[in-house]
Amino acid sequence: MNGIRPHFRFERILAAASVFFASCGHGNQSAINSAGIQSEQLSNLWWIWLGITAGVYVIVMAVLNVAYFRVRRASAEAEPDIAPDPARERKVGNIIKGCVALTVVIMFVLMIVSFRTGRAIAAMPAAQDPIHIKVTGQQWWWQIEYIDEHQPSNNVTSANEIHIPIGRPVRVDLESHDVIHSFWVPNLHGKRDLIPNYPTTIFFEADEPGVYWGQCAEFCGFEHAKMRFMVKAESEDDFNAWYAAAQQPSGSPANDSEARGQQIFLTSVCTQCHTISGTPASGRVGPNLTHVASKPFIASGSLVNNRENLTNWISDPQAIKPGIRMPMNTYSQEDLNALADYIQSLK
Amino acid sequence: MTNAELLKNQSSDLTAARIDEERRDLERTWADKPGIIGWLSTTDHKRVGLRMIVTAFCFFVFAGVLALVMRLQLMFPNGHVLGPDLYNQFFTTHGSTMMFLFAVPVMEGMGVYFVPLMIGTRTIAFPRLNALGYYTYLCAGLLTFFGLLMNIGPDAGWFAYVPLSGPEYGIGHRVDLWSQMVSLTEISALIASANIVVTVMKLRAPGMSLNRIPLFVWSEVIAAVMVIFAMPAVMIGSSLLSMDRLTNVSTHFFNQAEGGDPIMWQHLFWFFGHPEVYIIFIPATGMVSMIITTFARRKTFGYTALVLTMVATAFIGFGVWVHHMFVTPLPQLGQSIFTASSMLIVIPNGIQIFCWIATLWTGRWNLKTPLVWVLGFFGIFVLGGLSGVMLASVPLDSQLHDTFFVVAHLHYVLIGGAVFPLFGAVYYWFPKFTGRMLNETAGVVNAILMFIGFNMVFFPMHILGLIGMPRRVYTYLPETGWGDLNMLASIGAFVMGIAAIVFVANVVYSWKLGKVASINPWGADTLEWSLPSPIPQYAFQYVPIVQGRHALWERTDDAPVVTGLHLNVREVLATSIHDAVPEHRYSVPDPSIIPLIVGLITGVMFIGFMFNPWSLPLGMFALFFGFLAWFWSNSLAHRPPAFPEEDNPPLEEPGDVAPPVEVTA
Repeated sequence: MNGIRPHFRFERILAAASVFFASCGHGNQSAINSAGIQSEQLSNLWWIWLGITAGVYVIVMAVLNVAYFRVRRASAEAEPDIAPDPARERKVGNIIKGCVALTVVIMFVLMIVSFRTGRAIAAMPAAQDPIHIKVTGQQWWWQIEYIDEHQPSNNVTSANEIHIPIGRPVRVDLESHDVIHSFWVPNLHGKRDLIPNYPTTIFFEADEPGVYWGQCAEFCGFEHAKMRFMVKAESEDDFNAWYAAAQQPSGSPANDSEARGQQIFLTSVCTQCHTISGTPASGRVGPNLTHVASKPFIASGSLVNNRENLTNWISDPQAIKPGIRMPMNTYSQEDLNALADYIQSLK
Repeated sequence: MTNAELLKNQSSDLTAARIDEERRDLERTWADKPGIIGWLSTTDHKRVGLRMIVTAFCFFVFAGVLALVMRLQLMFPNGHVLGPDLYNQFFTTHGSTMMFLFAVPVMEGMGVYFVPLMIGTRTIAFPRLNALGYYTYLCAGLLTFFGLLMNIGPDAGWFAYVPLSGPEYGIGHRVDLWSQMVSLTEISALIASANIVVTVMKLRAPGMSLNRIPLFVWSEVIAAVMVIFAMPAVMIGSSLLSMDRLTNVSTHFFNQAEGGDPIMWQHLFWFFGHPEVYIIFIPATGMVSMIITTFARRKTFGYTALVLTMVATAFIGFGVWVHHMFVTPLPQLGQSIFTASSMLIVIPNGIQIFCWIATLWTGRWNLKTPLVWVLGFFGIFVLGGLSGVMLASVPLDSQLHDTFFVVAHLHYVLIGGAVFPLFGAVYYWFPKFTGRMLNETAGVVNAILMFIGFNMVFFPMHILGLIGMPRRVYTYLPETGWGDLNMLASIGAFVMGIAAIVFVANVVYSWKLGKVASINPWGADTLEWSLPSPIPQYAFQYVPIVQGRHALWERTDDAPVVTGLHLNVREVLATSIHDAVPEHRYSVPDPSIIPLIVGLITGVMFIGFMFNPWSLPLGMFALFFGFLAWFWSNSLAHRPPAFPEEDNPPLEEPGDVAPPVEVTA
């Protein structure tokens, strides 16, 4: 139905390429596999630009190839041509003028398409009633706070995992208190730098349910590579259910081992940095662990959340993410088991 | 044919015996001191230039090895070759070395070597200063690699963004090494640039009016002017940063907690950082123009257009820096202006490409290695230019910024746009460096391997960036699906490594054993090809009179030359800026060890500033005596008896040839 609009034609021409691109990754951290209205604009822009610039490249290379086969050869002794035929020079000059004019036209076309996309994206945040999230970049994890402006007691603090309902705009306030980070979920929107003293806001909206990965995009030190987070876009009902659960404090330990694990947690250095709501642990240096067991990943998206990874992480995080603030912890096997039992109970 | 041979063939006043005697006098006057002292005290622009080039290539190889190790690390997900600490040191050193210690110095080295030869003079304008520039550059390079070898290499990226590079997060002296390295190399860059500008403006051979200057010389002048405007920004930045970091000084220029501003660093850095790209690229376009003209066997199509496009690129290059900051929270309207200015660059660059293709299309090709490299340049650079256009768009850049797409783009423009022409230029000018030819077959193999390897490494990176891989990550998870393309890139890196080995082997072999070159083996048009190879220290026995834009192609058999310059002092002819009309004699100082001493003091002063602010006043104090010796020995060498008044009377009319300098024939 939109067949006459040029970028859809390009899209068809480049369909094969896009299949190739998409097959290169799982597609859930990809700028060309859009899952939201902002990123769709961006990926359309990408395909238009790729089509035009690829066309320019092919033409230039074709001319050079023709020249390679067509132009006569000469040796170093050949008399150089210092007074070329003026008629031919004029003709070539005119062709060049035409090419320059064409370049200018192409440049303006590209520029206008780009400005239009920029304006279209800038116009989107006008939507009402966004989900309001504050993301604070830290070396090397993301603090996620859901802000309920009407009812601050509904606020939820989490880490490295953002749940959003589909079809509803999301407002993300970005801040950093240490170095510069950059918030980037390619399937949903372009990136934005988190610069100390420069709080900023971006809006995005997911259309399709799914898990989309994000990653810090501005070099921020040792573990820049392992500063990942995930965005889970789900139906409004699923989101509300999750949000309601996330507001709850942690439950009390269900058995002796968990109780012992809680005891260990609360009496060791863990509490210096971590919060578990419903317990006295209220450190703010590291991620909030109240519902850590319900997350699919730990260590800022770099480890699958299973028992083995969890115990390895607790006993020697420096082996997995060298340079982070969490120290090595020496527990007896028994204590470690109890601690893992407790943490795995924090659904 | 050299000038002396030309003169012997002419029925001039000078007999063959007299010509040979004058040559011996010149040899004596321009000779370096003997032995190791001579080696350390030389101010010969050819020796200094060649040192810059060779040193820069050593750093190129060193930083290339770092890149290979990084590619090994990224070959597989969760690689274990390098940890995050070493990886960060490696990529910082790789980037800083390639930009500050390889690309800029090697282009300047080519300029320092060839500009005086191409404009027909015997030396660069300030030879001692030139030597000083080399020594400060050497200090900077050794400092950087000393840091890496001691495992205290800089690790905050070649752009050293605060606060990561500031006193709070950039612990130890790692970033200090970086900032002092930057300050030292920029001193060297400013020295070389001032030297090149003055040399070209004042020392051109008579007849070489502005519209006859070879394109490579133009490119060096334009890049030099850019250096003079761009480098102070980063020097201010690195100086402020080192003051922020230095205990007991601890300023707060970039400390956001005390009202400093981290974005100010980005402005200072990129106001230098983007012109830097053109400072590297513009001399390379000069090389491309020279090679295309010589090997297409015709006059350059659109000489004026090519000069003006280089000037235009230089101008626009200063107005695009914010496109490195499109994802910072800067106002959107301002960003749009920088989109427009960044895209404007395609017009001059497009004109350049069209003029070169027109020259190739209407010429006859002598398809030798230098031209093969230039053809590779087209294939890579045009793609890199087009991906650069994409990065000029604010919306597209919001996805592509700081991903591997940018890594791909910058290597396409810098390797394709500057290193390929540079390799072509080395193959082209090697006979002038050594008197021997590089091996042609090995050269073509070298070019093709480099082209294939390059595209294997960097083309997949475009896709990696699109599918989410950020830059500067020391590893990635298998779940990301980035493994295959990274594997391909890593294999390509080793193909490039083999190409580099072929190059080094070719150079080492041909230096002593290559085919002996004639004076002008490629049938080229510029003045350096009228000099014997290897080039004598005085270069031109008789300063030529230039008769056309393509000096040697338009030289007639009765071409006049300049005679009458003193043979017993190092004397050159200064000419007017526009039309290169002889104005007066200008004598340059003899070789001296003092530039080395001043260079070392400067190096120690800057390195000391990493630890103690007192190094600055103490260093200045020492430099005072260094410069005292410098200028004193200058004036001793030029005490009046060398210039009897009647021997060098004032000009009677501006624009006249100053007697007794004569234009014969």
